[in-house]
Parts: sequence; C-alpha cells; structure tokens
Amino acid sequence: MRLSSVLALVAAGALSAGVALADGVIKLGAIAPKTGPLAGGAVVTQWPNVKLWVEQVNSRGGLNVGGEMMSIELIEYDDKTNPGEHIKLAQRLATQDKVDFIVAPYGTGFNIATAPIYGKYDYPMIAVSAITDKMDELTARYPNLFFTLGTTTAFVDGVKEILVEQRAAGEIGNEVAMVNVADAFGIELADRARELFAEEGFEIVYDKSYPLGTPDLSPVMKGAKDSGAKAFVAWSYPPDSFGLAEQAIIENLDVNVYYSAVATSFPAFGNAYGSKINNVLGAGGTNVDDPKIAEYRKAHEEVTGAVPDYWASANTYAALQILEQAIVGAGTLDRKVVTQYIKDNSFDTVMGDLSFKNNFSNTFWSVGQWQDGVFRGVKGSNVDGAAKVRLKDGWK
Amino acid sequence: MLDILVSGLLLSGTYALVAMGLNLQYGVAKIMNLANGEVLVLGALASFWLFTTQNLSPLITVLILVPLSFIGNWLIYKFLMLPLVRRSKSKGALEVDSILSTFGMSFIIIGIMVSIEGGFFAYKYLSHPIEIIGSTTSVNRLMAFVLASIIALMLYVWLNVSRQGMAVRAVSVSNEAAGLVGINVVAVSGLAFAIGGMVTAIGGALISTFITLDASIGVVYTMKALIIVIMGGVGDIRGSVIAAVILGVVETAVATLVDPGLTLASAYFIFICVLLLRPQGLFGRPTS
Repeated sequence: MRLSSVLALVAAGALSAGVALADGVIKLGAIAPKTGPLAGGAVVTQWPNVKLWVEQVNSRGGLNVGGEMMSIELIEYDDKTNPGEHIKLAQRLATQDKVDFIVAPYGTGFNIATAPIYGKYDYPMIAVSAITDKMDELTARYPNLFFTLGTTTAFVDGVKEILVEQRAAGEIGNEVAMVNVADAFGIELADRARELFAEEGFEIVYDKSYPLGTPDLSPVMKGAKDSGAKAFVAWSYPPDSFGLAEQAIIENLDVNVYYSAVATSFPAFGNAYGSKINNVLGAGGTNVDDPKIAEYRKAHEEVTGAVPDYWASANTYAALQILEQAIVGAGTLDRKVVTQYIKDNSFDTVMGDLSFKNNFSNTFWSVGQWQDGVFRGVKGSNVDGAAKVRLKDGWK
Repeated sequence: MLDILVSGLLLSGTYALVAMGLNLQYGVAKIMNLANGEVLVLGALASFWLFTTQNLSPLITVLILVPLSFIGNWLIYKFLMLPLVRRSKSKGALEVDSILSTFGMSFIIIGIMVSIEGGFFAYKYLSHPIEIIGSTTSVNRLMAFVLASIIALMLYVWLNVSRQGMAVRAVSVSNEAAGLVGINVVAVSGLAFAIGGMVTAIGGALISTFITLDASIGVVYTMKALIIVIMGGVGDIRGSVIAAVILGVVETAVATLVDPGLTLASAYFIFICVLLLRPQGLFGRPTS
C-alpha cells in the first residue's frame, strides 16, 4: 500500500473513533407558552427551570447512560398558549426532530390535550402544572402520564382546613366571601369549594364570578366587603390575583383570612405590594429553610437571573431530576424502559424523596402564606416545615 | 349608587385612554390599526421597566413617551402605512390592507416585548386609597381619569379651535375634498396617526399603574377600543368619550347590581344595540 493511503486510513480511523466518543446526545423537546395568556406564568415557573437543569447537567459532562456520557440538546418551541399549535409542535418533536424525551407541558389543559400524542410515541410525561380530580381516569387511559402537584380536591382542601381551624379558634365565623375567575380552572375550583365548604357548615354569603381580564375588580371587592364575611377566598388567575389584592388594599378589607389562588406565590406579587400583602394566603408554598430547596433557589437565581416562584418552580425542577435519575437508572434511552423505571422507583429530589403510586406523586404544597417577605408553605401533603398560619392584620 | 357612579366614571377614564388613539388613527388616517393594543402595552412596558429598574415615576415616563411614541408612530405611518395608502384604489382596499398589515405588525411588537419581559408587568404606583364624595377608590385610577379628561379636552380644543385641527377634521370627512381645498392629506394623516399612537402609548403607561398587563394582552384592549370607537362614531373625539362613559358606567352597574360575570355580555349587548339603531355610532356621520 502507498504511504498516503495508509495515512488516510489511519486518519479516518482516528476521526471516526473521535466522532463516536462525542456522539452521545440526548434530544430533549420542550413546548410551552412564550406568548399568549399563559406566557406570564410559564416564563416564571417553567422555562427557567428547564434552562437551569439542562445547563447544570451539561456542565457536569452530561448524563451517564449505560456507561456512555451523553449531553442534553434542548429543542424548544413556543405554543402561543394555543392547544392546536401545541399539538402540531408535539407532532413535529416526535416525528421530525425525533426527540428522545420531552418536558411535560405547562397547564392542565395542555397536559391532557397532549397525553394521547405523547403516549402514542411512548414519551413519559412528568406533569407538574396539571391539577385535576380525574387522575385515575386519565392515568388509566394514558399510562405515560404522571402527576406531581396534587388534585383539585387537595387544592381546595388546604383552604378548607385553614377555614375550619380559624373558625374553631374564633377568628372567623361561618360566613365566607368567595369569588372565582370565569375560566375552566376557576369554575372547577369554585364548584368543588361550594361542596366542601357546605359540608363543613360554612355559608358562602358572597358568591360571584368575573371574566378573565376584567380591568375593574372594585365592584367585586366592594361586594365582598359589604357581605361582612371575615374570610375571603378567590379562585383567581394571575392578572386578577394582582387586581384583587390592589382592591383589597384600597378598600382596607377587614378579614382575618384572605386567599387568592394562582400567582400569589410569584415573587412579583410580593414585590408589587411589599408589606401590605403580609399574611395573604395563596396556592402553593415551599420550605425555603430546607437546605436542598435553599441550594436550588440560589442556583436558579445565579444561572437564570430570576427568582423562582414559591410553588411549582421547585416541582418543575424535581420533575426534571426524576427524568434524569430515571434515564441514568434505566441506563438506556428506551422510553418504555424509562417510563417503567419511573413507576417502580423512588427519586431523590429538591422536594424530598418522590415516588409514584398509580402515576401520582403525593408530595406537594397546597397553601402558602406571605410571612415577612417570604411565601412559606402552610398546608401540604407529605411535606415538612409547614409554617404556622397567621391572621391577616390590616393592609398596611 | 354613588359607588357605581364613581367607579364607573373612573373606569370610563381607562376606556377613553384606550380608545381615543384608535379614533384618530382610524377616523383621520383611515388605518384600522389592529396593533393598537400592542402600542398600549408598549407604553405600559416602558412605564414598568423604568419604574422597576430606575425607580422613575410613570408620570415622567409619560413625558418621555410624548416625543418617543409620536416619532415612532410617525415613522410607522411613513414607512409601513403610506405605501399602502398610495397603492389602494378605494377606501375598502385601504382598510383591508391596513388590517392585514397592522395585524402582522402586532406580532412583531409582541415578539419584541416578550424578549424584553415575558412575564407580568407587575408594579403598583400611587396605589393609595382616596375618598371621593363618599366612595373609596385609588389615587392611580383617579390620576388616570384626570389625565384622560385633560387629554380628551386638549384633543377636542385642538381639533375644533385650531386651523390645523380643522384640516384634520376635513380629512376625516373626505380625503378627496380635503385634497381639493389644498390640504396636504398625507401630512395630516401622518400627524393624526402619530398623535393617535402617542395618546395610546400614554394611556398604556397610565393604566399600567393599576392594571397588571403582559406582552400578550394587547388584543383584548384593541377589541375594547374598537367597540368604543365604532359605538361613539368614527372620527369624533366626543363620541369616544361618551361611549367610554356609557360602557364604564353600565359595566360597573351590571357588575355591582347583577353579576360581575355579565360585564362583557352587557358591553357587547349595548354595542349591538347601537349598531342596530344607529350604525354610524353616536356622533358619526350617516354613511351615504
């Protein structure tokens, strides 16, 4: 053989060996709102955690999949808060981009809408922002779908427990003022709350709904104030959680228990109102004193520049940790094997030790409270470090 | 009763701020600006960003927005809208073209805003309670109402007293006739478009002090502005103001006396009634 061809062979051999070593890439697909009505929430809770986790994994050299180190390649799309658009993009992720795994969508409706298509391609969906009472039915139909943030009933139960406790302590009476946003989320929660509150002997003396995006919530707040109830509960979405708080401050609402649902746990909520919303209750919660959570929050701020929310942010990160440990534990990118691994094992996450029973992880916070600038968890399931519920004491 | 009146009037201040700009752009420049809501949100974003990063009062942001939004909107008219105006052979064609063009523009603006701030523009300014004739409200809403009234008054005076305002009114009646009497229709249209955009951006900055907006909510405000402009009659500021008052008071009355869930229904119900009984709007000219 001529020298040049021998050299060429050797070079080709070396090159192909080098290429084989660097070949390990796990394609991860993530579709969530970056524009549209739910973008405000997804930008706080979902996207930063995806970015944080991918960066951390890649800086460690990637994941060890059966002896081979594989880095994560993130493919992200904006679903514009449109379910039709999301399904189209999910199809693209599965068939065109051929991703190995996906990050579960943001929003209950989106998780349920995409369960069939992700199920068809065997993608495990570790859903976080998906709260429903129909989990048994859904997981029976879609065995690839996992839930981690609790049921609608648990969501309402947290509030109900606080009302019962405060009534027993003589701080509130039987009267409750309750409002909800006229969207599937608010309506479902209000319906469930009416049942559960009535069971405990509470009387809902002011019971109104308002359209999403109502610019002037003062009639609603004035009505609640006039009812004289010492407890106020709002099954609200981000814009109205902010709006209702503002109105409560203006009207100096005289209640001992004030709860608004989504976005109360956002750092922006605390920043907008400062000390005035001290002792306001809201959906979610977290235990900032837990060392794992504290470490996670610090890393989140350093890497993404944003403060995580005090609710689903930690769960979103935990879901990605579960995916990581399942891939590493199963030692393969075979999605069926990884899905089975998720069902059969427990995982060490920032939310503690998580495991699934019937595809449901029963470790989550349901109610939190702003206490001196920190939104602490006060009610939850299988979580430690619940702070004591304080009474609302004026709006200064 | 008093609560309804006061809250309703304050709400109409918000609605007037949202609608006056579109009235000028559609009534005079004949541009159905579907990106109107996005310009409103741009003003809100400016206010939010300057308040949270530089601790700048939204009132100062409003002063900064006056020249900035005027120039910005004038440039949009000159480079994006004028080619359409020159090209269209009929008023209908211009409307369709401007709808399509501004619709596309709204997505560009949303994209830019999302890249600056994808979350909620959550801040509060002057959120102190104040009592007016027995009803409590917040200082920021009152301020928005007062400024809306001042802007409406200034626009009305300018349009009806000044010579330039007369030219603007002439163009809103008829482009051809105005051109025949020596009015530079293009220059006047550009001026009206720019002023309309400026009023909208200022409105956005003011309402952001008490309404939590985000990059994607512009379309809701475009729709509200559209109702008010059509209801009040295209081209007349008085119409927008009266329509805003009717809408604000009725919505508040329905929310207090019946159910807050019916506010949208009542707004659109009035809209349909006006269209059925007086299609040109309250102050509009009957179409020939």
